[in-house]
Amino acid sequence: MTTLTLSRALNEGLRKALEDHPKALIMGEDVGKLGGVFRVTDGLQKDFGEARVSDTPLAESGIIGTAIGLALRGYRPICEIQFDGFVYPAFDQIVSQLAKMRYRSLGNVMLPMVIRIPFGGGIGAVEHHSESPEALFAHTAGLRVVACGDPTEAFTMIQQSVSCDDPVIFFEPKRRYWEKADIDIAGALAAALPLDKARILASGTDVTVLTYGPMVRTCAEAALAAAGEGRSLEIIDLRSLAPLDTETIFESVRRTGRCVVVHEAPVTGGLGAEIAAQVTQECFYQLEAPVLRVGGYSTPYPPSRLEEYYLPDLDRVLDAVDRTFGY
Amino acid sequence: MTVNDAGRAASRDAGPLSPGDPMVRADSPELIQLLTPEGERVEHPDYPLEISAEEIKALYRDLVIVRRIDFEAIALQRQGELGIWASLLGQEAAQVGSARALEPRDMAFPTYREHGVAWCRGLDPVRLLGLYRGVNHGGWDPREHNFHLYTIVIGSQTLHATGYAMGIQRDGAVGEDGEAVIAYFGDGATSQGDVNEAFIWASVNNAPVVFFCQNNQWAISEPLERQSRQPLYLRAHGFGFPGVRVDGNDVLACLAVTRKAMKAAREGQGPTLIEAFTYRMGAHTTTDDPTRYRLSAELESWKLKDPIARVKQYLIRSQQADMQFFDDIEAEADEVGTRVRESCIEMPDPEPQAMFANVYTSPTRPLEAEEAGFTAYLDSFVGAAHEEGR
Repeated sequence: MTTLTLSRALNEGLRKALEDHPKALIMGEDVGKLGGVFRVTDGLQKDFGEARVSDTPLAESGIIGTAIGLALRGYRPICEIQFDGFVYPAFDQIVSQLAKMRYRSLGNVMLPMVIRIPFGGGIGAVEHHSESPEALFAHTAGLRVVACGDPTEAFTMIQQSVSCDDPVIFFEPKRRYWEKADIDIAGALAAALPLDKARILASGTDVTVLTYGPMVRTCAEAALAAAGEGRSLEIIDLRSLAPLDTETIFESVRRTGRCVVVHEAPVTGGLGAEIAAQVTQECFYQLEAPVLRVGGYSTPYPPSRLEEYYLPDLDRVLDAVDRTFGY
Repeated sequence: MTVNDAGRAASRDAGPLSPGDPMVRADSPELIQLLTPEGERVEHPDYPLEISAEEIKALYRDLVIVRRIDFEAIALQRQGELGIWASLLGQEAAQVGSARALEPRDMAFPTYREHGVAWCRGLDPVRLLGLYRGVNHGGWDPREHNFHLYTIVIGSQTLHATGYAMGIQRDGAVGEDGEAVIAYFGDGATSQGDVNEAFIWASVNNAPVVFFCQNNQWAISEPLERQSRQPLYLRAHGFGFPGVRVDGNDVLACLAVTRKAMKAAREGQGPTLIEAFTYRMGAHTTTDDPTRYRLSAELESWKLKDPIARVKQYLIRSQQADMQFFDDIEAEADEVGTRVRESCIEMPDPEPQAMFANVYTSPTRPLEAEEAGFTAYLDSFVGAAHEEGR
């Protein structure tokens, strides 16, 4: 067992991916000498060379567009978008080119690319550094969208994403970069769930709580608190936001009869809305209460002095859990 | 006087850009030309071209056939067999000349108007029709002829071309017998961020890519002056690589200029911007009506610079081809046209379920469930019709 922070776990995962895939490349802003602003790529340029770990010009569309060209040539690019709020200049290349190339080519073209995006708030940052744009990508056919929730998951999921032959948008919970876990470096990947499966983090009987990314820990803590009050929460880390592992979701909700979805992103048009609609349709007769959503408000991300009110926390999760018993 | 007008007055005399304007005059000194509109062969010190009569005749054949394919496609659209078509009329020399400068191992990234390039790369013209008929989004394998899918979003493919060229560098395929990439785009695309980013990436990486801009003077209804205050080829200098302007209606000049740029790229000398100065003789697409925004006099003046007539003139005058040659080419073009027409009409619609294919390398469970639901829904009609029939 090796104790690693989430940031370091990603670093080790990327290192293994570069070793396993000779065509894998890392590209992005400040990923070389600096090792990324969160140090996720620390030391990789030194060990793998500038041709495989490259600092790019500062233009996100250019990063993704040239990575697509490299993928067409047979490479396996891993792009870093420095912050969630900086991905939008690349939106056209991601949505119109990356996501659709396989479809447009009738399956002749494969684009095995990973786009890593640190997402979410809670670090006291200035604007555009705390957003959760995952629903925009989950809405786009042709992309796989995943979010890791802890260091072990970060270590294995980044390797699985690089091995995946479809484009993967890989969301990293930036406020959890410094949290630690003991990881079995040699055995973790073999023991990991497939990339498109959800995992039941804590089994429970009263309410199913669905979450991902930075809220995984928050919800796990909520489960402990609820247990103290005699309520049994089943916490599911979705991991894959597109496609959704609806099998695991429905099975759980049919057992518990109650469902709360938790994410940092604004609830309007968010992943929670999609999940609520599907759960309502498929688990209608087992539901004791409407599916409730806990998320950010439908505002731009607020100034950081207000973010503790904006972001869901343990109490807001428990409040929603309580409300599911009010019907 | 608006700010815009004031700027214009300061930079040059007045009035809109036109082909007669000194800044863009087709016979201006910077325009590389090897065959005049009258069919006279001229030399250029930087672009010596040794070319046999047979090679020129082969170029003539390409030009005539791609124009015929284009005419046929327009007719097919008028008859409802194609949803839309983007005509290359007037740009045959730019496309054939540049494409014939490529080696099979080079890679080309087209827009949606590069039918002449497709022909030269060896892609069956019938394959081009699927996109415009609405039976697929292109669908060919780019590796088959080293000819990428048509790209409709303006300028996006210039970044793909540049990235592909960076892959060539990483493969160590630059140098003698090296590979290079050509990116096609238009005058309107030069305003796109992606094109400018491609210039930057290509420049700082010294990537083996040639940017081939067909300046056909019009971006749907917007004339060049809406895109640029200076000749487009001069932009390259600001990015740190050479730019040249070639007579885009001169197939020999396009061949020579592209050959030189591709050779430089293959050998590791980095990118070049080629501005092929040409004219979109037709509408932007079959849904467009250019009489709403441009004068017929402009069209008439460009007719005198036709890319095919000058090659014919040259071949006749230099007695390198007789009438039999021209008749044979016409007959071959007719044959291609007939085949394109018949193949288009025979092209079946895809099965409804085809829309679910190839979204991912293997279908996701939610997508499989949707497809199953869709199939069941369709089958419900089959059953109903069956019962009704009884």
